[in-house]
Amino acid sequence: MHIIHRRTALQLGIGAAALAAFRASAQAPIAAADTPAPRLPIESGASLRMLRPVRFVQPDEDVFRANAARFTQATGVQVRVDFVGWEDITQQTAVTANTGAGPDLIIGFGDAPHIFAEKLIEITDIAEYLGKRYGGWLAVGEKYGKRHGTNNWIGLPFGGTAGPLVWRKSAVNQVGFEKPPQDHAGFLDLCKKLKAANKPPGFALGNAVGDGNGFANWLLWSHGASLTDEEGKVSINSPQTIAALNYLKELYPTFVQGTLSWGDISNNRAYAANECWVTSNGVSLYFSLKGDPATAPIAEDTEHDLLPLGQASSWPSAPLTLNAMVFKHSRYPNAAKAFLQFMMEREQYDPWLIANLGYWAHPLAAYGASAVWSSDPKIAIFKDSMNNKFWNGYKGPISEASGQANAEYVTVQMCAAVASGQATPEQAAREAERRARRIFRR
Amino acid sequence: MSATTAAAWSRTRQQPNWLVRLFEWKPFLVVACLLPAVGLLTVFLTYPLGLGIWLAFTDTTIGRRGIWVGLENFEYLLEDPLWWNAVFYSVFYTGVATIGKFGLGLWLALLLNNHMPFKSLLRAIILLPWIVPTVLSAIAFWWIYDPQFSIISFLLNDMLGVLDHNIDFLGSAWPARWSLIAANIWRGIPFVAISLLAGLQTISPSLYEAALLDGSSAWQRFRYVTFPMLLPILAIVMTFSIIFTFTDFQLVYAITRGGPVNSTHLLATLAFQRGIPGGQLGEGAAIAVSMIPFLVFATLFSYFGLARRKWQQGEGND
Repeated sequence: MHIIHRRTALQLGIGAAALAAFRASAQAPIAAADTPAPRLPIESGASLRMLRPVRFVQPDEDVFRANAARFTQATGVQVRVDFVGWEDITQQTAVTANTGAGPDLIIGFGDAPHIFAEKLIEITDIAEYLGKRYGGWLAVGEKYGKRHGTNNWIGLPFGGTAGPLVWRKSAVNQVGFEKPPQDHAGFLDLCKKLKAANKPPGFALGNAVGDGNGFANWLLWSHGASLTDEEGKVSINSPQTIAALNYLKELYPTFVQGTLSWGDISNNRAYAANECWVTSNGVSLYFSLKGDPATAPIAEDTEHDLLPLGQASSWPSAPLTLNAMVFKHSRYPNAAKAFLQFMMEREQYDPWLIANLGYWAHPLAAYGASAVWSSDPKIAIFKDSMNNKFWNGYKGPISEASGQANAEYVTVQMCAAVASGQATPEQAAREAERRARRIFRR
Repeated sequence: MSATTAAAWSRTRQQPNWLVRLFEWKPFLVVACLLPAVGLLTVFLTYPLGLGIWLAFTDTTIGRRGIWVGLENFEYLLEDPLWWNAVFYSVFYTGVATIGKFGLGLWLALLLNNHMPFKSLLRAIILLPWIVPTVLSAIAFWWIYDPQFSIISFLLNDMLGVLDHNIDFLGSAWPARWSLIAANIWRGIPFVAISLLAGLQTISPSLYEAALLDGSSAWQRFRYVTFPMLLPILAIVMTFSIIFTFTDFQLVYAITRGGPVNSTHLLATLAFQRGIPGGQLGEGAAIAVSMIPFLVFATLFSYFGLARRKWQQGEGND
């Protein structure tokens, strides 16, 4: 229930003051090309209602609301923003799309606009305008925005966050490495030495939606394997997959005990307790370590890096992506588009990025110059969260099925079956193929 | 004179109005009294159950209306090793956990049935595991079984020095399965114990006195007095317990989410996994519907089997 009236806008004074501070002190010059903005005559009497996922950090919400209030000031369009729990937003998006009622626009997660493409209006004009103005869309942003195989934008990527390698400098240096090697053989060597030094690495192989899929995706993509091919046909049972699984068979014995039952939070706990010295995670782990005096020394000793690229030409990781969409049932499509465009202009978007401390990274190239990325050298790597060519469901189209394969841990369980010795790589790949065939049958 | 009085008297005794007459008409009264209950049952039980069964025959997903696909979902399940695995573990989990719960629960009930100081307080404490919300006890067990931070590993390693590594409770199939069963037994004992205790207290002391006069041993008193007298309530409690255990969700979902590699999926967790995070409402509903035959069988078995008078009183077939 957050209708932004003039009075609530005044009450947002604190947020606004923070905003002013950001604007005055921290803001780096974001380059913007002079491009004519699309003509979006706002419907008379327009008002908007939108949903978005809840914040990571409080300033995210404050600045987002303040930006929305500025839109109201500039255009007179009331905007009501509801913040929805992460587990609920997919279902609420589905209900909105199916009933043709409810919010005008939703910032949901990556695949939502592709699943509900029929229910959305195209937003090609503002997407192309923003792309031209801010140095172009980063690769995965473009993938999440455009309808498969077309140049029509149905989603407007709003931010993304990836999970790089998180490693303890002292441990890696102790076993004779300056930093983690960027090739598979070297990385395996590092892990073996860490294990021998009793400072083992650990990557989630349990039913962990974020971390488990993140690790399995890296393993497959860096070996040139993928769940589906470009057309969306299942391609998991391939020599590349077998190679990846054989590599895992050597890598897994170096892990700290128990990774087969790890959930999303387990590696954070083990890392914070000095039980696990190299893992992969989003930026939240670093911030939680840094924020607690008891673990601040660990944060001091923590570095972020890419996982080995292997055969990949860019960071083999699929960012968790915020993706905005405007529904056909909205009575004020122009106002909705104008709002999204307004929110991604540098006057609004850069303060929002800064307020998020690096939890969310930009999909538009010019925001790479944002002050947030120089605020702490250890988070600079997250700047490239969306600057890669991988997404959930790579190499195929983004669809309901790719989301389901992710949610049902098809590749994670394939890896876990091999790591635990329950299945040979060949058996595990066949089983994954069987499950994927079912999921991708339509 | 008398005529006027009679007229006045008959005027005061008017015919009851139509509403009163309506309510005095028995068929209407029956319908009116049943309607709220029937309405509630229809809206909150029959409709969801019917919808669930209907969904099982469609390919509905979250975000898309399905079409009728007949038995396709069930045909796929029959060739899906994950479903067979869930069937196996559901039956195994229910069987072992029920035996454990009833063995320990009956024992506990017999102990509590004795006279001892602080009897009421002790009985109240016994109920605790059952009173704690399942999710909270599940999270407690999740920590107890944590590969890094398990209290059991800590005690054995650091305090007693018996082990030199942590126990990996949930990292491989069988240890994970047994760990979940242990958690379920812990949680289920109070329900069984308190219900059976209630049953024990209805057994007339005169039966024990008679048995004592006949020179019976303690075991004989249990075998020939306590146990047969307890069977009717045992049948009811076991029916409930089997239903609760077979349809268990929270413990498994909170502790393992069906892992490692799907070895601890129960039918309920698999149905949720496919239906909600996976988005395949039709397939999830089919898995849920596939639980019904098992439940009906288990219920009939424990109800008709254990409630048979032949077993209780040694009579002929009834």
